[in-house]
Amino acid sequence: MSEKIVFQKPESVYDRATHYCPGCHHGTIHRLVGEILDEMKLREKTILVSSIGCSVFLYNYLEVDAVEAPHGRAPAVATGVKRARMDKFVFTYQGDGDLASIGMAEIMHAANRGERISVVFVNNTVYGMTGGQMAPTTMEGQKTTTCPSGRCPESHGLPIRMAEIIASLGGVAFCARTAVDTVKNLNQTKKAIRRAFEVQTAGTGFGFVEVLSTCPTNWRMTPLKANERIAAEMIPYFPLGVFKDADAEVCA
Amino acid sequence: MAGRIFLKGNEAIAHGALAAGCKCFFGYPITPQNDIPEFMSSAICKAGGQFVQAESEVAAANMLLGAAAAGVRAMTSSSSPGMSLKQEAISYMAGSDLPGVIVNINRGGPGLGDIGPSQGDYFQSVKGGGHGDYRTLVLAPATCQEAYDLTRLAFDLAYTYRNPVLILGDAILGQMKEPVTPAKPRKENPKEAQDWCLTGAKGRPTRLLKSLFLDDGALAGQNLRLKAKYEKMKAEIRYEAFACDDAELVVVAFGTIGRIAKSAVRALRAKGRKVGLFRPITLFPFPSAALAALAAKGKRFLTIEHNLGQMVEDVRLAVLPAADSDFFSVLPGNMPIPDDFEKPILASLKGAAKKTGAPGKATKKAAKPTPAKAAAATKKTPAAAKIRGKAAPTAKKPAAKGKKG
Amino acid sequence: MSRIVIREERCKGCLLCTTACPKGLIVQSERFNKMGYKVAEVPEGRMAECTACASCAKLCPDCCITVYKSEKPAAKGKAAGGKKEKK
Repeated sequence: MSEKIVFQKPESVYDRATHYCPGCHHGTIHRLVGEILDEMKLREKTILVSSIGCSVFLYNYLEVDAVEAPHGRAPAVATGVKRARMDKFVFTYQGDGDLASIGMAEIMHAANRGERISVVFVNNTVYGMTGGQMAPTTMEGQKTTTCPSGRCPESHGLPIRMAEIIASLGGVAFCARTAVDTVKNLNQTKKAIRRAFEVQTAGTGFGFVEVLSTCPTNWRMTPLKANERIAAEMIPYFPLGVFKDADAEVCA
Repeated sequence: MAGRIFLKGNEAIAHGALAAGCKCFFGYPITPQNDIPEFMSSAICKAGGQFVQAESEVAAANMLLGAAAAGVRAMTSSSSPGMSLKQEAISYMAGSDLPGVIVNINRGGPGLGDIGPSQGDYFQSVKGGGHGDYRTLVLAPATCQEAYDLTRLAFDLAYTYRNPVLILGDAILGQMKEPVTPAKPRKENPKEAQDWCLTGAKGRPTRLLKSLFLDDGALAGQNLRLKAKYEKMKAEIRYEAFACDDAELVVVAFGTIGRIAKSAVRALRAKGRKVGLFRPITLFPFPSAALAALAAKGKRFLTIEHNLGQMVEDVRLAVLPAADSDFFSVLPGNMPIPDDFEKPILASLKGAAKKTGAPGKATKKAAKPTPAKAAAATKKTPAAAKIRGKAAPTAKKPAAKGKKG
Repeated sequence: MSRIVIREERCKGCLLCTTACPKGLIVQSERFNKMGYKVAEVPEGRMAECTACASCAKLCPDCCITVYKSEKPAAKGKAAGGKKEKK
């Protein structure tokens, strides 16, 4: 009897403990990105643009060249990197406070210009690193430190559905929303991120994946309860699926 | 060598950038700098580069940050209100040691101000401008030729020091037209930035460009490294000293105001008045040592600016306690002519003669108020002169660069 | 025998792996690691049921789990272009 390894840490991911809280999905999504970089053999031509929030330290976990962008500006910085080095693979990894609030202008216009960059958008409905404040994606009624009685649509508006908005823009070649709460969803996420990377390497256009994710600490939940919340509360409001795949159509 | 070309100041900056090998331009419309993105939108593409009209000045400056991280010569331009928005990225670039050229065609402020010339952004330009403890190199052209030449220089300095470099012009410079002698386009240096820029970690360890330093003592270390860099930049000090040698009063002014003041000084010289002009070309690092040397010779100073008095603070820091500087303000919205400056120059000259009597006695007189201060001053002055004298060798080189007459 | 190896020093005790295992093999142990987390484990004697489906490893946010699949050496020898034998 001999045995072979069927699952282990991808090469692009450093063998290092993360600073994330127990049950946080960032680690899972990092690993998926690492696996895809390995499988597509992109690691050595990748330039990561990191954002602000818990995910700023992605550069400590992925073995790639990286530059730190100011809060929300990763798509603009990535535009600069890509325009300067069109032959490189450039992607951003942003949270919902970063991308859907302070960085709304940058993400919309980078997508609309059809920048040949890929964006991994991690939506956990809360500002994580700063301590659990209300985000543009915070669910109706969800309690945070800045909406202690729960998000109230009358004064805060409704949570923003980014994937649907991004899919409506001309320069976007691929746009999807996925989750990593179950193995089935996780496999879909991997497929989607791979497509979002492929549309860049093929030069088709802008690639975007919104990944629904947990923040057990700021949700005041156990990791298991938080994981259950994805299916129970988030997916009904943030439906999963591919919103655009411009393979067949002409992409601006 | 190509013949002279007739260019607006804004166009001269754009031409200079192309001659310097600028490969990416990130723009956003704002008066009075629009000629730069308008020209670049086609010219840089023809030169094999990239033009992006960004969604905002915030984004444009962050695109500059990205191109800089990739080690590619890049530029963005704006005018005062837009510069406020660019400060975020400029601070991050300074904190991450990233090179780039940022042009500010200064207009009136605060707020929306007006679209006419002003030097109201002096403080913002030379004292950092954004958050945190940092400086940018600041070059202040007075002519279209200088706008062209200093833009070329700006790219070299940005990459020499891995620091953002500002070109501080104004609406006068941006909109006036003059003949410019173009330089030979720069030969690309394939090694530039290759030891630090991001190209993908192929056959080497990964690289990380960042301004976040959380570890104990790490940020202090970065601050000290930046300080050492700013000290080194003193080798780049440039200024124009015109008729200063035997002048009793030295007019200090930068940019287009310096140029207008020069005409006034020239006219007064023709009438036999002993006045000179000192025009800082690098606003940071500021030519303090050269001004201190003039102060030590007993000269008096009058600073003229197109604002309520900003550079005059740096002039005073440089010349005190040996001398002080009077100040004459041109208000935004007003277009000064040389005649406007003659009266204030003559008034200061008269004051200089009355206050100091013969040159050389200024130190003692200025330090008179209290006996203790006077004693301290007499002790301090030679020492201060010495310290500044040390900096003199660095000022020597630029003095040679500085045009005389 | 297929099996998993959990790097206990990296485990944060989130227990997402316990929900992933189709056979319910993984449980919380009574052991604490250096970080102070109660780590996950496969109780003694149950590892033989592992099919190396890797679901637990895929859901682990901390890359703690390595999955080994057993192969019969004979199958390897035979398998010149053929299918690998499943356990």
